[in-house]
Amino acid sequence: MVKSEVHKCDVVIVGGGGAGLRAAIAIGQTNPALKVALVSKVYPMRSHTVSAEGGAAAVTKENDSFDDHCMDTIGGSDWLADQDVVEFFVKQAPAEMIQLEHWGCPWSREPSGKIAVRPFGGMKIERTWYAADKTGFHMLHALYQTSLKYDNLINYDEWFATKILIENGRCQGVTALELRSGQLRVIAAKAVILCTGGAGRVFPFTTNGAIKTGDGMAMAYRVGVPLKDMEFVQYHPTGLPGTGILITEAARGEGGILVNKDGYRYLQDYDLGKPLDVNDPLHPVKKTMELGPRDRLSQAFMKELEKGRVLSGPYGEYVHLDLRHLGEKKIDKKIPFVRELSTKYAGIDPVYDPIPVRPVAHYFMGGVDTNIRTATRLPGLFAAGEVASVTINGANRLGSNSLTELLVFGAQSGQAATEFAIEHPDLDFTALEKQGADEQERITKNFIRKNGGYERVATLRQEMTKTMESGAGIYRSEKSLKETCDKLAELRDRFSNVMIEDRSLAFNTELTSALELDFMLDVAQAIAHSALARTESRGSHQRTDYPKRNDERFLSHSLVFRTDGAPRIEYKDVTITRWPPAERVYGR
Amino acid sequence: MEETIELEIFRYRPDQEDRPTFQTYEIPFRKDWVVLDAINYIKDQIDGTLSYRWSCRMGVCGSCGMMVNGVPKLTCATFLKDYYPDKIRVEPLAGFPVERDLVIVMDDFIHKLKEIKPWIIRREGEEKPIEEGEYLQSPAELAEYKQYSMCINCMLCYAACPVYALDNTFVGPAAIALAQRYNMDSRDQGREQREEIIASNEGIWECTFVGECSVACPKSVDPAGAIQRAKVGSTIDWYKDLLMPWGGKKR
Repeated sequence: MVKSEVHKCDVVIVGGGGAGLRAAIAIGQTNPALKVALVSKVYPMRSHTVSAEGGAAAVTKENDSFDDHCMDTIGGSDWLADQDVVEFFVKQAPAEMIQLEHWGCPWSREPSGKIAVRPFGGMKIERTWYAADKTGFHMLHALYQTSLKYDNLINYDEWFATKILIENGRCQGVTALELRSGQLRVIAAKAVILCTGGAGRVFPFTTNGAIKTGDGMAMAYRVGVPLKDMEFVQYHPTGLPGTGILITEAARGEGGILVNKDGYRYLQDYDLGKPLDVNDPLHPVKKTMELGPRDRLSQAFMKELEKGRVLSGPYGEYVHLDLRHLGEKKIDKKIPFVRELSTKYAGIDPVYDPIPVRPVAHYFMGGVDTNIRTATRLPGLFAAGEVASVTINGANRLGSNSLTELLVFGAQSGQAATEFAIEHPDLDFTALEKQGADEQERITKNFIRKNGGYERVATLRQEMTKTMESGAGIYRSEKSLKETCDKLAELRDRFSNVMIEDRSLAFNTELTSALELDFMLDVAQAIAHSALARTESRGSHQRTDYPKRNDERFLSHSLVFRTDGAPRIEYKDVTITRWPPAERVYGR
Repeated sequence: MEETIELEIFRYRPDQEDRPTFQTYEIPFRKDWVVLDAINYIKDQIDGTLSYRWSCRMGVCGSCGMMVNGVPKLTCATFLKDYYPDKIRVEPLAGFPVERDLVIVMDDFIHKLKEIKPWIIRREGEEKPIEEGEYLQSPAELAEYKQYSMCINCMLCYAACPVYALDNTFVGPAAIALAQRYNMDSRDQGREQREEIIASNEGIWECTFVGECSVACPKSVDPAGAIQRAKVGSTIDWYKDLLMPWGGKKR
């Protein structure tokens, strides 16, 4: 038996995006004696946090309050957020944002030198900090660069985590494939933090980069940790047709409008308020029209499509995001990346022409079930960021809460994992080494030295994304979801015949695509089955056969458990503190 | 008949081949495809063994830099139509060891990145407590360094740099631009610490100011400009040291 190399550390963080880096720095600041391994399948600055554009929310202005931010978030979540967690989040947010300012993030400023804030969808008062429209990029680089000063942090760049290791009933590390050598290693740790992001790539049309394949969600799911609220997937209302490239909500925050093929601001027909003229000094009105929440805007598009009032192009139907009235100066100052992306990828200069946009799969509200301290039910396993469901986002996340979430809960996970690691010093290296050898054998046998496979990774992946869109997209029904569940079961079956032509050990991306597809099939099944079981409509989860919210039965989080057959679904109550469920009201 | 285009792609698997080869693929030509779309098409439909890095496909993650017809490019932002109907040659970024196919080894840059101390350095005791809020920074002060903060670490400037090609001890364009980004940030007080690296033999003085880095940069960071400014700053420091040894170094 080939022994696998064991790397020993105190805490291993899987994923080097915003949450993972914030967790790493939290440990570096408070416990520099702890050895921290940051395992990432890409160099950290490639992580998908880099693509976030619009901004990060925190109460900033005199006329704003924690309660207002809580209320916006809870209403936005369609009352599925845990209110104690939201309160904690909102209170921690400003300090985290200031901390990032101290670490050099180039936030946009007022003439006075103070931080500037902009309005965002579903928010009553402007509280979104921004770095022009490359906020995620600047946050990620500031965090990565800052993390480099901590010598107790060891970067395992381009190491692909494959499995969570459990011994004596607690999490004791992960196995990871070193991409350069193709060797599987054990990284033994007293605590593990998952920060691997979401899984937008289970959908065909997504803002998400290629790396967002739900690895951490699936790894947790496979060791018995449930995924929570997986049926809630956010469609961002404004992506470029074809590529799915995101056009930030900040474009609407700065005053951009959505119009249908007749040039009509159709959102007024969907209970989102009345439009003001674009030249009215009060435009855009917060929590109204174009500044409504993302779920409602994406749903309004689908209704317009049904009415035949949208435009049509080579990449399907679309509407127009019109920024022309903002003028070149404002566009270049506030949203220059929007201009760059539209010009380059859609051939449209928004200074002169409206941008074609359509809803696009963007963000997972659901994820690994954790408590407020980011702990999962598996001792020693923590999760933060999009991979986790903690939960502040409920059935629909408000734009600009996710970047702040990375910071607040990234830091929290670093602290919680540190405490756990100190209290649990013993690791069973012999057993871990054995597990590593078993995992190496599984990957060799099922993939890299497998004979007789005939299913192409790309074919299976395309069939998966297609069925997710047709059956588990913006609108769902029992019929569509059952078809998707059946199709996914078939694909899971066919996956056992996957073909790997690439026999090289060095940087074998055919192998990693197969492992990613394996993870995504688990995540896709979790979504489809959770959506089938929730026979109501709430936030981003819209059932055509159950169009109403049903608080009596479903004011609760779904928990999906992996079994050998169809996933098992359970529910647990939402924590309500001061904001009893009510109607979601926008624009009136 | 469907229009097609040929891509000639650099292949190298270190555990299977002694030397690199080129492999030609014929794929459908689509006007709105970028080179990365073409490579993804090859990977998905023709040859699953081709390896390369990519993720965001919107020019911000910095993963997909390659040589396209000998020029360093972000392949997600390089359109086939600009080459059609000619064959396109795709190679790994020049000046780096090759890990596999189109994947370069970038350990050297990661090492240099850390060396230039790319974080805010405050003098002992001058760290502002979080409770006291943000450091004030006027839009003009932000504008001083903003351009240099736009680097996505895509490595195109290193691939373009004639000095780095000959001598990889040179700190290089992106790392120097980043050092300059922090040096010029009104919140930072660490310029002297970075000077050890930046003004060393391997630092700014190696640059012969060919300016190829700024031509290659897809984000208009202008590393050549950053290096020139660093040279001027360093020279002033040197004169101050010489003429005013008692206190020329204010920062």
